[in-house]
Amino acid sequence: MKDLLSVIMLAGIYGLLSASFFVAMDAVDVAFTEAAVGAGISTLLMLVAITMTGHKEHHSRHKPLLALAVVMVTGGLLIYGTYDMPSYGSSLAPIHMQVAPRYINDSMQEIGVPNIVTSVLASYRAFDTFGEVVVIFTAGIGVLALLSVVYRPKDIAKIHSINESMHEQHLILRIVSKILIPFILLFALYVQFHGDFGPGGGFQAGVIFAAAIILYAMVFGLSTARRVINKSFIKLLAATGVLLYGSVGVVSFLGDKNFLDYSILSADPIAGQHLGILLIELGVGITVTSVMVIIFFSFAGRKEFSQDRRKRTRENDTS
Amino acid sequence: MDILFSISSALFLLIGSFLCISGGVGILKFPDFYSRMHAVGVTETLATAMILIGLMLQNPDALVVLKLILILLLTLFISPTASHALAKAAIQNNLKPKLDKRDNNGKVASSNR
Repeated sequence: MKDLLSVIMLAGIYGLLSASFFVAMDAVDVAFTEAAVGAGISTLLMLVAITMTGHKEHHSRHKPLLALAVVMVTGGLLIYGTYDMPSYGSSLAPIHMQVAPRYINDSMQEIGVPNIVTSVLASYRAFDTFGEVVVIFTAGIGVLALLSVVYRPKDIAKIHSINESMHEQHLILRIVSKILIPFILLFALYVQFHGDFGPGGGFQAGVIFAAAIILYAMVFGLSTARRVINKSFIKLLAATGVLLYGSVGVVSFLGDKNFLDYSILSADPIAGQHLGILLIELGVGITVTSVMVIIFFSFAGRKEFSQDRRKRTRENDTS
Repeated sequence: MDILFSISSALFLLIGSFLCISGGVGILKFPDFYSRMHAVGVTETLATAMILIGLMLQNPDALVVLKLILILLLTLFISPTASHALAKAAIQNNLKPKLDKRDNNGKVASSNR
């Protein structure tokens, strides 16, 4: 398929479909993440990326036969590998014999959070999650390092008039999104703080929150959104989230416990676990939100910058 | 009372499914972008509403009904807006609708033939 736009749309549809089969397999948290990240924000970011690169794939000069052969061999080996795996749904599979019974039987006494997925993600496997947050943060830093431009629009008045004319163009979109954005933000907060009891948590909430901000930026214009969201402030927020997560771990270090063992945070170990999970989910949510917003703003700002520069050189050529 | 609920729920679900299928037929059969989009955009809103009402009648529990009402309100806002945005983007990219070459009286205009 040569048109990158339809490739991205297909990827989004694939994300939504895999979210629905995760629901069918009762993995609601994973489905939620897949729907928010795979179908939602990554499609959006890819769309922003192809506004910079262009819609068409470049004509490839090499022959695809070698790549096809490699893919066939790898796929064949992977299928051969599945013969060693225990049969689907077998209760004797190693995954059901080691840590899973402990999570299911003891997590209510040890962590006291009804959603086992959250207790695994944020307490038993907190160190892994910390790694994920750092990966997201690093992605944000990478995008900033590659695409960040110091760009100050020269004439605010002109931009204002552009925004005014856009207001008439996108009247319905603007009104509807003005109505919807507060509810999206509210829903994100609900997902963030209800993650202990139902599906949800920092990653999903962060993505939804960022989606609301990106919607605002898309409908009301980048410069209007910049007035609301300060760029240096959001960079600070991205770092604060990771720092919050890490410092919770350091606090449990100081209390003679393992890294990220939250039972030190309060006199009652279970209350400590609750507090710890709340804090690190908050850290995850803050980092994810701000990194997504940073990525979107960097891409869109770069596009705006190149358009502006092209226009300016054209004006210089004519004069 | 129970049987009344289940019968009406089944009815709503059936109407919703029928509307969904008719939208799907429309998107395959209609000649150009705008009429296809119209087929889906109009039927889908009503179909979602019907299916959600059917689901509400399946489980008349206050919390479930409240959540379904929220989803319904959201769809009623989003789905027409999405169709509008799609049609507007198509117009702005100079996609011309395929018009019937007849005038209002049903005669084929001679100038184009």
